[in-house]
Amino acid sequence: MTGEESAQGGSGLPPQLAELVEDFADVGPKDRLQMLLEMSRELPPLPQRYADAADTMEQVHECQSPLFLAVEVTDAAEDPARPVHLFFSAPPEAPTTRGFASIMHVGLDGEPAAEVLAVPDDFYTALGLGAAVSPLRLRGMSAMLARIKNQVRTATTA
Amino acid sequence: MALREDTDPKLAEYAHPGRLVTTEWLAANLGADGLVVVESDEDVLLYDTGHIPGAVKVDWHTELNDPTTRDYVDGAGFAQLCAERGITRDSTVVFYGDRNNWWATYALWVFGLFGHPDVRILDGGRAKWAAEDREMTTEQPKPATVEYPVIERDDATIRAFKDDVLAHLGQAMVDVRSPGEYSGELLHMPDYPQEGAVRGGHIPGAASVPWARAAAEDATFKSRADLEAIYQQEQGLSTSDDVVAYCRIGERSSHTWFVLTHLLGFDKVRNYDGSWTEWGNAVRVPIVQGPERGQA
Repeated sequence: MTGEESAQGGSGLPPQLAELVEDFADVGPKDRLQMLLEMSRELPPLPQRYADAADTMEQVHECQSPLFLAVEVTDAAEDPARPVHLFFSAPPEAPTTRGFASIMHVGLDGEPAAEVLAVPDDFYTALGLGAAVSPLRLRGMSAMLARIKNQVRTATTA
Repeated sequence: MALREDTDPKLAEYAHPGRLVTTEWLAANLGADGLVVVESDEDVLLYDTGHIPGAVKVDWHTELNDPTTRDYVDGAGFAQLCAERGITRDSTVVFYGDRNNWWATYALWVFGLFGHPDVRILDGGRAKWAAEDREMTTEQPKPATVEYPVIERDDATIRAFKDDVLAHLGQAMVDVRSPGEYSGELLHMPDYPQEGAVRGGHIPGAASVPWARAAAEDATFKSRADLEAIYQQEQGLSTSDDVVAYCRIGERSSHTWFVLTHLLGFDKVRNYDGSWTEWGNAVRVPIVQGPERGQA
């Protein structure tokens, strides 16, 4: 991975997300599903402060299975780039939803607020999951991004 | 060659006991000649995380639907789907899945459009099998491809289209969506448009019976007496009624279709798969908002 030099390199995506999109695009539909399954296993567990306070998380109703997310934007005083941290909760019996959340986590966690806001709303089409997962299920992913951006926007304009 | 029916006493109470099997029956019959177990889930990856040994997967989004037209696969497509999974016309097919067998009953209903003779549901589905700590595996079976005849899909007997529903207004209908969807209160959040329909509410005269009321805590179907209390006593439906069931896209209502047809023995139940995503977008069809059934 070429890190900084490829940041925003043409795709308008943060480097980790751009790399993920490339990895998915490089393989056939069956392998994409397998990659999504592997990612679903790598979704980090919820930190205790959210596990104890699930009601502070936002539900993504557009996902077929229950998914909750929390967004933390670092204070400008601490880091002027205001990196964003993401937390997700989805049950093990919802591996597809967990996989989508994991893509968001790997691709966006730690990125500056401005970079997160600049992710194209339709970036997920480039993952090529439409045929394997169905467009209807992919709506959960676009809703996740929309809700993340909304929270980032609220935090950065407050 | 069909397998012997499960003679479990709870199943014996239902109108068509041969349409269900218990987890005990399935565990005892796994690997039997003529049996194919099919997992059908809401989540396209759930099967891949572990499934009943030997079970094959059928995904409704990507495999039961035509990829272009809003319709199901045709006879040739269905024949191929079965052939690749080792299902012959004589196979006993047992469906199971997540979410109270919601998608399993949907897959069974689609198999019904092609008149596959021996289709059964695993009572309690994936949840009960897992709760009983029965064996699961990630090993994918590799069935040899078999012959399945090309059968013309029957769209008249258990399926209803919008025009059929218009002609049916005034007769028995069951809306199996949530109360909020039924009354037309939108569940959407600010800035997130409600997906799928430009109008909210229900078809005039439809009774509101959310589909999951038919499921018990352990994901099995409720007993026949409990189901009769809901559909017959409470809602006033009768087994001789001509009934149309619908939801948003016809999946939840296939669960209710299964309950009415096979567990309670209703003579004529059709699933309107166009459901609210068609009706709520159609021009000049009657709609009722609020909790009352309203009149056709």
